[in-house]
Amino acid sequence: MVDAPSSQPPRREAWVTGIGIASSLGIGLDAHWEALEQRRVNVDEKSFAPFIIHPMAPVSFDAQIPKKGDQRQMEAWQRIGTFAAGLALDSAGLKGNTAVLSKMDMIVAAGGGERDLAVDSAILSAESQGNVAPGFLNERLMNDLRPTLFLAQLSNLLAGNIAIVHGVTGSSRTFMGEEAAGVDAARIALARIAAGQSDIALIGAAHNGERRDMLMLYEFGDFNLKSHYEPVWARSAHPGFALGSGGAFLVIESKDHALARGAKPFARLSAVVADHVRRAPGAVKATLEAEWASLRPRKDHVAILTGVTGAEPVTSEERAFLAEHPDVPVRATSTMFGHTMETQFPLGLALAALSVSRGALFPPNDPTGLEIEMTEAPHQIVVVEAGHWRGEGMALVEWV
Amino acid sequence: MTSIRDSSGRPIVVVTGMGVATSLAAGKTDNWAKLVAGQSGIRTITRFPTDGLKTTVAGTVDFVPVEPFSSTALAERLADMVAAEAIAQAGIGTKGAFPGPLFLAVAPVELEWPQRHVVAEATGERSDITYDKMLRVSGGGRFTAYHRRYLFGSVADTLAETFGTKGSPISLSTACASGATAIQLGVEAIRRGEADATLCVATDGSVNPEALIRFSLLSALSTQNEPPSAAAKPFAKNRDGFVMAEGAGALVLESYEAAVARGARILGVIAGCGELADSFHRTRSSPDGKPIVGCVRNALADAGMTPDRIDYINAHGTGTPENDKMEYLGISMVFGELAKTIPVSSNKSMVGHTLSAAGAVEAVFSLLTLAHQRIPPTINYEIPDPAIPFDVVPNKARDARVTAVMSNSFGFGGQNASLILTAEPT
Repeated sequence: MVDAPSSQPPRREAWVTGIGIASSLGIGLDAHWEALEQRRVNVDEKSFAPFIIHPMAPVSFDAQIPKKGDQRQMEAWQRIGTFAAGLALDSAGLKGNTAVLSKMDMIVAAGGGERDLAVDSAILSAESQGNVAPGFLNERLMNDLRPTLFLAQLSNLLAGNIAIVHGVTGSSRTFMGEEAAGVDAARIALARIAAGQSDIALIGAAHNGERRDMLMLYEFGDFNLKSHYEPVWARSAHPGFALGSGGAFLVIESKDHALARGAKPFARLSAVVADHVRRAPGAVKATLEAEWASLRPRKDHVAILTGVTGAEPVTSEERAFLAEHPDVPVRATSTMFGHTMETQFPLGLALAALSVSRGALFPPNDPTGLEIEMTEAPHQIVVVEAGHWRGEGMALVEWV
Repeated sequence: MTSIRDSSGRPIVVVTGMGVATSLAAGKTDNWAKLVAGQSGIRTITRFPTDGLKTTVAGTVDFVPVEPFSSTALAERLADMVAAEAIAQAGIGTKGAFPGPLFLAVAPVELEWPQRHVVAEATGERSDITYDKMLRVSGGGRFTAYHRRYLFGSVADTLAETFGTKGSPISLSTACASGATAIQLGVEAIRRGEADATLCVATDGSVNPEALIRFSLLSALSTQNEPPSAAAKPFAKNRDGFVMAEGAGALVLESYEAAVARGARILGVIAGCGELADSFHRTRSSPDGKPIVGCVRNALADAGMTPDRIDYINAHGTGTPENDKMEYLGISMVFGELAKTIPVSSNKSMVGHTLSAAGAVEAVFSLLTLAHQRIPPTINYEIPDPAIPFDVVPNKARDARVTAVMSNSFGFGGQNASLILTAEPT
């Protein structure tokens, strides 16, 4: 056998053909567009005081998860995600299309489900009084944990529920790791499609921001926004992120696959890049600069949509990066949506694809003036995500 | 000269380094010796009180001390050990600079009970501990280390920085198929030409009270605690559940072209990967076996092979009544009459079920099977199940000519993944 030529096959073009968003601002694309146009913010300063969160808008899950039994088997983050995934499939015109769904690849970025806080509290309270038997923890957990809670918490069971409810079964992969997981879900799905390893993929994530156990994890690192809400660019003296609830999913497919089934694109997903730097001062800014350069965005008709968290020092690094591109209009999703962690980057992709398809960028929502008006239609949107602790990613979403 | 591309025109992906740690031992040499001797790593749990538990045995890795114990910290230590072993064998890169990306299979991470107790204690309360009270004492820098430790990406972050892997490290979970998925992601990156080398690691240190109880509440675990070595009984009629275990596996994958160019020793080939999701149920396989069949067929197609090319199947073989039955159904639907003659053994009979790590641990053992031309047994096979007429290589290892191995992994959430490994590029 002779050696085959070592040239790479040409990269295939990938389109975003379906978008599903459910968040604190509402359900679906029109509701989100309207909320963004009106600069609406849904924030709750009281329920978890002193912590600020963006609560989920009211949802009738039945619309996408018809069986109550399925809903009962899920925790909030899984319900939000399964719901948003259904919206994305609807948007792509694929709901119930078994032939396509059975070959559709899926990459979900996920954390886990909420603990049973009452069980934890009861155990800790009893133990704090002293004199508990060695098997006390075992006994309480054996008796008090709901058997199905495990499945509602397991990271890969958001994807599992999407397979069960919507029939997406080509493959199922779950990436973990906070913000970076959302970037890598898109990056790997696109790389596979571009290389011909996959024709169509469902990617996305969901997050329930209304959880004391997660507030605690981030409070260990002093990352939570406390006492009162401010838009994300106005938090310099008062840094932190406000966790947000929401789910964002996208259907990404090769152009040929989309054309063959007559699907219309929202946008082209041209590139997704990601890195992981040790966070010495200046490192994040330098990484974002390198990523920006690798995407080679144009000089006009370009905008930036960032998931900037509001936490420091990373937000200052990102601000320094943006200062190098003062003419490019910027929008920060965290001001409106809060920080949806694994979901923030897929949410950015979703809003970028929506914006280029509507030929407009939504208005600034920023008292500091960093966000400027954009009157021309965006032909390219660069989606940026610098994780609160690790991970830096970027994507180029283009007008088709 | 052999081609550097496979029958589909893609770069051939070879293994140039391996590392493994299980309840049997640390390292390939000792693990292999104990595996082919049919030894069990399952023991009575001493790490925490087992009062009131139905299951009191596990394949704990007790020879790697982690104080205070945390499953995530143990998972990281094990991953660190096996990655170092694999990279040293491959002789690739320079210290702290691995020339490719990291794919890590790891259990979902969350704050654990010992640490939760510390936070509760910090409240100063002697009763009525609530999350609101714990939240009040969580900030201020006292527990900064807990934030770093209990992020989902924490183990991958640390490994990426220790070994200097390139780009964004991926932490993944496909439940009990995670180890195989980590390898599949590494294979795909090399086939795309994105990387000449990838580091694929899978680790699990999950034997803690809550994890054990969660599986126990799903009736997934063996409760035959005496003797511990006989608890894991894959394919036997008296099997009654899996045995939780800890361990890790690592592979250095390279394009055949890059490995040959630097004169690396080729340990084996990842010839094919297959996957397929099951939408039937959260914990059970579709009763028609179709997702397992599709997964196995996808792996064969990816390798460009027919079933008769497979000499040995390294089974998922957990020892739960359901899994082993479904695995036989799926294999017999693809392999037909061959299913009764191909040797099919379960490493889990000896090391237990290493959960997120299993796919990689078993890939390492499959490659060692190819290297030694010897098949590890399924131990504790005293009562055959007439419904599962596999040749399970009962109780004693067997010499055999093995050129191609299929290694299967199935998990909760409808996860199915299969790998095909060969000794030489074909």
